[in-house]
Amino acid sequence: MKCRKCGAKAAINMRQHKLALCREHYLEWLPEQTQRFIEKYRMFGPQARLLVAVSGGKDSLSLWDVLHRLGYQADGLYIGLGIDGGLAYSSESQRLAERFATERGLRLTVVDVAALEGATIPEAAARTQRGQDKPCSVCGLTKRHVMNRAALDGGYDVLVTGHNLDDEAAVLLGNTLTWATGYLARQGPVLEASRQGLVRKAKPFCRFYERETAAYALLRGIEYIYAECPHAVGAKSIYYKEILNQMEAERPGLKLSFYLSFLEAKERGLIAAQADPEAAGLHPCVTCGQPTSAPGQCAYCRTWDRVRSQAVHTLEGGEPA
Amino acid sequence: MSVRLSLRDQHYEVRAGMTVRDALRQVGLQPEAVLATRQGELLTDDEILREGDEIRLVAVISGGGPDARRAVR
Repeated sequence: MKCRKCGAKAAINMRQHKLALCREHYLEWLPEQTQRFIEKYRMFGPQARLLVAVSGGKDSLSLWDVLHRLGYQADGLYIGLGIDGGLAYSSESQRLAERFATERGLRLTVVDVAALEGATIPEAAARTQRGQDKPCSVCGLTKRHVMNRAALDGGYDVLVTGHNLDDEAAVLLGNTLTWATGYLARQGPVLEASRQGLVRKAKPFCRFYERETAAYALLRGIEYIYAECPHAVGAKSIYYKEILNQMEAERPGLKLSFYLSFLEAKERGLIAAQADPEAAGLHPCVTCGQPTSAPGQCAYCRTWDRVRSQAVHTLEGGEPA
Repeated sequence: MSVRLSLRDQHYEVRAGMTVRDALRQVGLQPEAVLATRQGELLTDDEILREGDEIRLVAVISGGGPDARRAVR
């Protein structure tokens, strides 16, 4: 297969676009498309201060690389979750994120959850009922809170994440299967800072297939952590991705069309913003001040207070509740 | 002689002369979920596999996998 632009041997074929490109032209094409999406969805302007949430994986490191190449002022945020899983998962992903930043002279802020709150994510999950010992729930809650806090404290205009189209299509499929209208109303390339205390969020890679971000990382020589979190094994989102990929294999472009048709329906007002009940009822948490729809304390403060109280309880010889 | 495909610690053998896409389907892998490389070079799905090829497959779906310790270059 030949590159459409120069006729050289192609490195990647994107069947949904009927487009094959060589290494050189692919490494030009992906940043160009990223810039197009940034403008199309009015994510941010050239002067915006960006905070990129970096996990050490292919998507976030590729995104940071692309934003840097495009000339944006983009700093990184790595959150140390304390996940080992027998693989030194967190320490290895942190090493890769730090190495990436150092090699390019980029600024990376590291927030260690155990230093901040007194326990790692797996420890917190084990001490609370939240997620029934599966750390994903506490992890997601903590990451959202820490990212928002770091972006606000650092004076950043936009928090940028490396979500790709497969991520978005999997979430969309899950929310459609359960008609989770509140979540559907909130999903999109940009999440506005609808309340004081919430940072604006954007996903510049939301129209790239996962294999395209992986190909970019490989062709660009970006060293990334190969697997995601060990706790993600068996996750529903991966199941949805596999189902979507089965359909994509038979009908190229199906994933893209699924997501774009959804965005179009939102644009036409077919998925009403009023469907999101949380948006209307947000108020500041009595402990941390971040917006919450829960009465009194936000879920983050409630959860971590519970984690700490369980630790004290255990130290005193009692049984954890 | 045949072609050897490797995905993490899984190995498969297929006959030479097939395309990457057909080889992946034959061993039960989703073509959308992996990238195929030969000696560090990324291959498109229509690439014909040659006798003795060692094809390294890179999983692209986030999550899962036992070898988080290993980084991809």
